[in-house]
Amino acid sequence: MINKIARSVADALAGIQDGATVLIGGFGTAGIPNELIEGLVEQGAKDLTVVNNNAGNGETGLAALLKAGRVRKIICSFPRQADSQVFDGLYRSGKLELELVPQGNLAERIRAAGAGIGAFFCPTGYGTQLAGNRETREIDGVQYVLEYPIHGDVALIKAERGDRWGNLVYRKAARNFGPVMAMASTKTIATVHDIAELGTLDPETIVTPGIFVHQVVRIERVATQAGGFKKAA
Amino acid sequence: MTMSYTRRTKDQLAARVAQDIFDGAVVNLGIGQPTLVANHLPEGREVILQSENGILGMGPAPEAGEEDYDLINAGKQPVTLLPGGSFFHHSDSFAMMRGGHLDICVLGAFQVSATGDLANWHTGEKDAIPAVGGAMDLAIGAKQTWVMMDLLTKQGASKLVKECTYPLTGIGCVKRVYSDLATLECTPEGLKLVDLVDGLSREELEKLVGLPIAA
Repeated sequence: MINKIARSVADALAGIQDGATVLIGGFGTAGIPNELIEGLVEQGAKDLTVVNNNAGNGETGLAALLKAGRVRKIICSFPRQADSQVFDGLYRSGKLELELVPQGNLAERIRAAGAGIGAFFCPTGYGTQLAGNRETREIDGVQYVLEYPIHGDVALIKAERGDRWGNLVYRKAARNFGPVMAMASTKTIATVHDIAELGTLDPETIVTPGIFVHQVVRIERVATQAGGFKKAA
Repeated sequence: MTMSYTRRTKDQLAARVAQDIFDGAVVNLGIGQPTLVANHLPEGREVILQSENGILGMGPAPEAGEEDYDLINAGKQPVTLLPGGSFFHHSDSFAMMRGGHLDICVLGAFQVSATGDLANWHTGEKDAIPAVGGAMDLAIGAKQTWVMMDLLTKQGASKLVKECTYPLTGIGCVKRVYSDLATLECTPEGLKLVDLVDGLSREELEKLVGLPIAA
């Protein structure tokens, strides 16, 4: 029987090795797998390369992983935030390597890894600092820069519901990087708020088919949000 | 010579940009000043707002207490979804830009060159932490890239320049610049005037900018 449901965050994260490349989903407040990031701090793997849109903020989550000294390199599009002090300090003191990637290139390089593409020509960033010294080519009168895929050893993502085959659906703009990161990693671990009985997720609306997902962990819904959620008491 | 013109306020500038957004357009409004444009779309025009984090049909901010932090815009502020709206992943979102599906994007800028080069992501200062986000994808991807900015820096230097001195975001990508003093087109031949605030002449504007501006 196929059963990808992990008993705990710690079980799901077991086996992540030093030096791993870890793709972490989320954009702003939406889709950040906080429980998995906290679990990774506990788990202790070090010398990591982290791929995320941002570089952590405040003192928790990704910022805590950085602060614990576990990350060697970060690949992201937007590290600078009002409260990115942990990243700022490490970057300025040369303790953390930064690869800055335009956001769409970040997403597409991850997608390419999942789709088995060796490299692709992309117009974004042509003629800018961020094109580096990579190969360029003119195709039908447009200038392109050669971009390489970003593979993950592990992807940590947050979804809304999943089943024991690993099928996932997301909630609103929390989908963001989840589907492409799931495709691009040797091992994908997803948190969900609900585990669905196999066959009860509508097959027409499953966003990430289970083939891309290896572990599903149920987590409590953190009641800090209003709207669709109830405010914490 | 005394010039007796009045600058457009931020809201007047946003209204000026909104006036040119056509019915049915799919539009991405950049972080900061461009988000104001949404408040000024003329009555009767149906415009679809795209947010790079995976929303089409983005609506206004929710009522206090109704915020949903799974439903935020690129600036990470809570928003709403209009009937007909949809969600999608990041790769699809940026395919909408690069693939030429987005009609208009409106961005802020540090500098724009007369031929439409854009600099808006990095001051290039030694201690500055660079951050680019979706700026480079948007700048070269939308069918039309518009810039919304004050024409002059606080020190009085023109932000419209012959060649950008700040690091580039994209080459020849800006079609129009909407500013507090004038609206201009960037063309391969240089700047072309679209409109001016009352009390300012084209000749006076050329002096402020220090570049020729075709009528």
